[in-house]
This record gives sequence, structure tokens and C-alpha cells, in this order.
Amino acid sequence: MSGVRVLVGTRKGAFVLSSDGRRERWDVSGPHFAGWEIYHVKGSPADPDRLYASQSNGWFGQVIQRSDDGGATWEPVGNNFGYEGATGTHQWYDGTPHPWEFARVWHLEPSLDDPDAVYAGVEDAGLFRSADGGQSWQELPALRCHPSGPSWQPGAGGMCLHTIILDPSSPGRMFAAISAAGAFRSDDSGQTWQPVNRGLRSEGIPDADAEVGHCVHRLAMHPARPNVLYMQKHWDVMRSDNSAESWHEVSGNLPTDFGFPIDVHAHEPDTVYVVPITSDSEHFPPEGKLRVYRSKTGGDDWEALTRGLPQEHCYVNVLRDAMAVDSLDSCGIYFGTTGGQVYASADAGDNWAPIVRDLPPVLSVEAQTLP
Amino acid sequence: MIRVVLPAHLRALARISGEVEVDVAGQVTQRSVLDALEGRYPVLRGTIRDYGNGRRRAFVRFFACERDLSHEQPDAPLPEAVATGAEPYLIVGAMAGG
Repeated sequence: MSGVRVLVGTRKGAFVLSSDGRRERWDVSGPHFAGWEIYHVKGSPADPDRLYASQSNGWFGQVIQRSDDGGATWEPVGNNFGYEGATGTHQWYDGTPHPWEFARVWHLEPSLDDPDAVYAGVEDAGLFRSADGGQSWQELPALRCHPSGPSWQPGAGGMCLHTIILDPSSPGRMFAAISAAGAFRSDDSGQTWQPVNRGLRSEGIPDADAEVGHCVHRLAMHPARPNVLYMQKHWDVMRSDNSAESWHEVSGNLPTDFGFPIDVHAHEPDTVYVVPITSDSEHFPPEGKLRVYRSKTGGDDWEALTRGLPQEHCYVNVLRDAMAVDSLDSCGIYFGTTGGQVYASADAGDNWAPIVRDLPPVLSVEAQTLP
Repeated sequence: MIRVVLPAHLRALARISGEVEVDVAGQVTQRSVLDALEGRYPVLRGTIRDYGNGRRRAFVRFFACERDLSHEQPDAPLPEAVATGAEPYLIVGAMAGG
């Protein structure tokens, strides 16, 4: 019988949650790398037993861990993330030039077809690639060296490259998003990049519709329709129908359009999920009710999904990399909270139940569908 | 033989328990001890000293013989008691909450 493996990164370690295809009973393994911040764990689409994990802390820096057996055992691999050439400066919070400094890996995106190839999005914003299973890392410097780079500013969480999407239909096309620079697209495997932020409006920057400077929180794509992208921006839920050439708002009837994650149903490219958060100054759900919102129309018309989720006194957040979907026939949706809960729905969001309730604050959630 | 004590997180990372002993050829300095340590346990590279500039990471401290050596020059000789193995060289994670 098919199964699911949910990979959870937290402030104090990684956890692997496993179930058969019914997704009713779960085995919980962890903490792996206890006491370390695990920003992200993700498996290779080409080999589900090949996992990569970003392990870091403020004392001892960055470690990358690799598993070749689905998370049962791990080996540290390469952790030297050196920017290529002169690093230059970006803007600091006070507007002064600040040298690019590596802080940590936020996101690991394994290649779609090669288990040994993996991309890493890092803070300060840069994109790295490994072709040898994480043993060595080379920067793709064109993104950091984009002419707009000196004007980029960090968001409150740091200037992170947090989203990497590989287009399965166009070899060489990839998308990246940086807080707070915006979305970028490459059509040549990362050799050149262009900002793709037309249509975004951000009141928190001097020029509301500037080419760069937007605090994009997350991008999502359905692999069967890669020209359509969804975006959760700092404020606003956005959609593009032309590979991010332009965006239009689809926040519609959401109670608030601030939030972090956004994801797409595995089998329905028009079914989208977000978790509305009260505001940029109140990072918790409106009215203390944890509600996932689902649109079956590609945005604008949204319905609240509440069954099994706390509907009073809930003041957790759901971070940008902390939502995922599986691809079983009845699509499973998963998300983790800063309160340490990981919720699962085996019926596309209609009903929810916690897999675990008391983990450390959850930083990331990924789901693997196993044969 | 130089005795080195690592903090718990780095012992776990290097999969060791207790003290580590390393051989240092030539003068016993913080640099030569750390070079020998990283040579024996490559996984520790980048966790004690920054890859880019080789400097001590900000929240790592070096102690020996009841002295804080964190701000000493990396090529300054370590105390004789460390060089002879009478006293360990301590790599410490700075105290912090969270």
C-alpha cells in the first residue's frame, strides 16, 4: 500500500512522520539533530529515500545533512557556502550598504530528476547548487549580482531566498523568491535572472509598484500547469497566468490577505490553499480561529476550512515553508504551526486532525508520497 | 598529544564522546590545534571558524588553564600545560538562552 512521509523542520530538531495511505495512524521519528534549528527538510522527487536537511544554529553555523534511507540515518555533507567573486553590498535596515554575509540555508530544492543535484536558497539572498549530493556547493551568482541587488533590503526575518520552484515542463526555467526583493525567473538554469513582479503593489515601500523590493512570502505552482503561479505576498494573494510576467490579485473574500504559505492541490490546479494571518503586526489567525482557506476557482472565491482545527484561543502562526500536499488519490494537506502542531487532512482540507501537538515551533513541512 | 573538549552539539555532530586527542606537529597554537582537529573531523569545518575568513565564530569561545583565550592571536603559543596535555583546550558555546 502506498504511504506518506511528512518531513518536519523545527526550531529544535527534525521529525519524520510516517503513515500508510489511509493517513490515520502515524509513526513519529525524532528529534533528529536535537537542539539545532532545522529550517528545511526535503526529499528528492527522483529518489524518495534521498533527503536533504538544513541544520543550523547561531553558535556553530550551517550543516547540511543527507539521508539515503528515508531519514532513518543521516550523514553530514558539505557546508561551505562561499559567494562567488566580489560579494558587494545590499541595503541594511537603516538604508546603509551592508556586505553580503552568509547566515543559513532556508530552503533546499532537490532536482526533479537527479537525486545528487540540489539547490539551496540562502540568507543573505543567494542561490547555490550541488551536483554531488550536497558534498560541495557552487553559487549561481547571477541572481545575487542582478543590477538591482544593491537596492535589496532584508525583511524582518532576514534577507532570505526562501522559495525555489523548478518548472517540470521547461528545462532551465526556475523561479526564486526573496524577502524583501521579490520574485525572479530564470530561463537558462540560473545563468541569468529577471525580476517578475509586475502587478504587485506593496504599500510598505516607497514606490508601491517598483520592479523589486516586494516582500514575497511564498510562490506555488501546479506541475501540470506551470505557467500559472500563485503568490502569498506580505499582504495580498496574487496569481499569474503567464509564468510570472504579470500578476493580478485574487485575495477576493479572504478575511485578511496577509499570510505566509500558499500551496496547490495535487490533482486540481485551480484548488489553492492559504492560511490568513491577522496582519503584519499580529502574526496569528484572525479572531483566534485557525482556518485554512481553500479556493477551487484559482483564487477570489475562498471557503474557510475549520473542521478539526481550533476555533478559539488559537494564536499560532504558520510559516512560509510549513505547508505541503501529498499526491495520493485523495489529496492530503499538511501544515505546521509555531505552536508545534502538525495538522493533516486526508480529504483535501475538509477534515483536519493533528498528527503531533507539542513539537518545537515548526519551520517547515514537506510531504512525500511513497509507492 | 593535545586534549580538546568540544561542546555537546559538536560532539554529537562529530559522533564522539568525551575529550578528543589530536597530534600537532610544530608549535602548539590555537590555529594548529584547530587545524588538526578539523583534519581529524572534517565535519567540524565551518562550525568553529568561519569558512570565509578563518576567524572564530562569534558565539564560540576558547578557554584553557582558567583563561579566556578567545581574543588571543591564533598563532600565539598555547600554554605549556595544554601543549603537554596536562590541561585540555576547551571549545565552548557562549552562554545564551532560547
